[in-house]
Amino acid sequence: MLSNSNSLFMRNVSFSYFNGLVLRDIDLNIADGEMVGLIGPNGCGKTTLLKLACGVLSPIRGEISLGGVSLKRLSRKQVAQHVAVVPQYFNIPFAFTVAEVVLLGRTPFVSAISGETRRDHEMSAMALGLAGINHLENRYFNDLSGGERQKVIMAMALAQEPKLLLLDEPTTHLDISHQIEMLELVKSLNREQGVTIIAAMHDLNLASLFFDRLILLKEGTIVADGSPREVLTESSILNVFSASVKISQHPVTSTPHIVVLPREATTNNRIAS
Amino acid sequence: MRKRNRAAIVLILLALALIGAVLLACALGAVSIPPLDIIKMTLNKIHFANFQATWQPADETIIFQIRLIRVIGAALVGAALATAGVLFQGLLRNPMADPYITGTSGGAALGATIAMMLPLGLAFSGFGLIPIAAFCGALATILIVYNLAKVGSKTPIVSMLLAGFVVSSMLTAVMSLLIMTNSALLLKLHSVFSFLMGSISVQYWSQIAVIAPLIIGGIIIARFFAFHLNAFSLGEEQAAYLGINVEREKILILAFGSLLTACAVSLSGLIGFVGLVMPHAVRLVLGPDHRLLIPASALAGATFLVVTDTLARTVLAPTELPVGIITALIGAPFFIYLLRRTRREYAF
Repeated sequence: MLSNSNSLFMRNVSFSYFNGLVLRDIDLNIADGEMVGLIGPNGCGKTTLLKLACGVLSPIRGEISLGGVSLKRLSRKQVAQHVAVVPQYFNIPFAFTVAEVVLLGRTPFVSAISGETRRDHEMSAMALGLAGINHLENRYFNDLSGGERQKVIMAMALAQEPKLLLLDEPTTHLDISHQIEMLELVKSLNREQGVTIIAAMHDLNLASLFFDRLILLKEGTIVADGSPREVLTESSILNVFSASVKISQHPVTSTPHIVVLPREATTNNRIAS
Repeated sequence: MRKRNRAAIVLILLALALIGAVLLACALGAVSIPPLDIIKMTLNKIHFANFQATWQPADETIIFQIRLIRVIGAALVGAALATAGVLFQGLLRNPMADPYITGTSGGAALGATIAMMLPLGLAFSGFGLIPIAAFCGALATILIVYNLAKVGSKTPIVSMLLAGFVVSSMLTAVMSLLIMTNSALLLKLHSVFSFLMGSISVQYWSQIAVIAPLIIGGIIIARFFAFHLNAFSLGEEQAAYLGINVEREKILILAFGSLLTACAVSLSGLIGFVGLVMPHAVRLVLGPDHRLLIPASALAGATFLVVTDTLARTVLAPTELPVGIITALIGAPFFIYLLRRTRREYAF
């Protein structure tokens, strides 16, 4: 049903929850195999954009299509067979094991009547391997650390065999080494398996380091869209985040590197110049 | 694969326990009949074998016209309540949910009370007016609760819980008001009480014939929801990401759970604790995977109610206690024990 060209396409999309538009006239075209970071301040609409992209929210105006097919014409199950979402966090009130949680990634493929098949077990075993958590298989999800849980959630999404993977701030609850491990995993999925990636990112430097294309949102509209070098400028960050920064070059990768300036320094600088 | 074998073994053991409990329950009573005789006469009855009768003809009447009907009724009620409990606990992600959370208890109680006020002896397929009124009251309440809880096209779980609680309390208040003001009801206080505490009141095979397909069918359908209930354990949002049509499925699960509860209520009045405690106990021992939890809870609930109902009619014989007293006496301490032992599991 879904072809793989033109993974995600949004035209003139607007969305509001109860009062006021959260997203306004979004035009977006993400091609197959891209690795895109969504950046912007809290409440700018990053998460909402991801929820629209996977169809759990519907736009009040505009058109969204996946692989050339309008989302309106796809059932939740059809979408979930192509798009997986890695949420920031979830908790489980019951003592499920890691293997049981990862198998839930197969939900869109499992028939209610005949149950899961050998292939479902193979795919979830493969996902455990890809996420590097074979050793956690029989542990209880609730006993794991934040970093391990994030990997389980990731493995669950991978068991879904996604063509498009949406991640909502995948590194927020993680320490620096887990952050890097997580983003390396995402990047290898993109490079080696050709999975299209869209991730809401909080940390601008990590976004700059790992993503090919960044989309900067402010109050529900796209204000910049391009390579990290094009999007991350001193003026755009001052405009969107109201934060004064100095952009330098990353010493190794020569991608833009953001150095935050404390308010004092900014004032002093101004006085000095 | 090893896991699947384990599930099969567990279910076979539980089924054997249920059969054992049924035999024992049929054997005990004012006249005790040896279990072996019961097996033989049952095999004769279904023309599977032809054993020499080593028992009185009266024994056969006691088994087939009285005890077996009641014991099967108890098993069906126990299975229905435990399954409804699993469905609601899984859907609401709340191990404290019981089969009556959608307000069925208040509606059933009010329906039964009104039926007791009427000077009618109407009967249908062996059902008196009271079970029919209880069943209708339960279903009507679910509809009211569901419509109250609906916000736009969604039914948030919290508003469902609150609406269920509020509507049920209001109906219970109306019921109490009727009892206090109606002299006919005051005379029937014992029947009212025994409905509220729950008693297995199945007397005819025709009742079983009507309710058994509903309850067994409901449990089989509930099992089809197992994989999705596991996904619901991760939260409604995550369930939607996994391709589940959350609103539609939620309504289906609530509807089947409520139907099972209403069927149980029509056979037995309001029996507490079975639907709350059995899913807990089974989850504690076998884990939260609904693929095993649903059939295992149904079998365990059936066994539990067969045993407690037997206690209810034998401990103070010839006086018969409402079975709800026994389930609460056993269930409440057990529940407290579980809560203290498994606090870790309920981390939100």
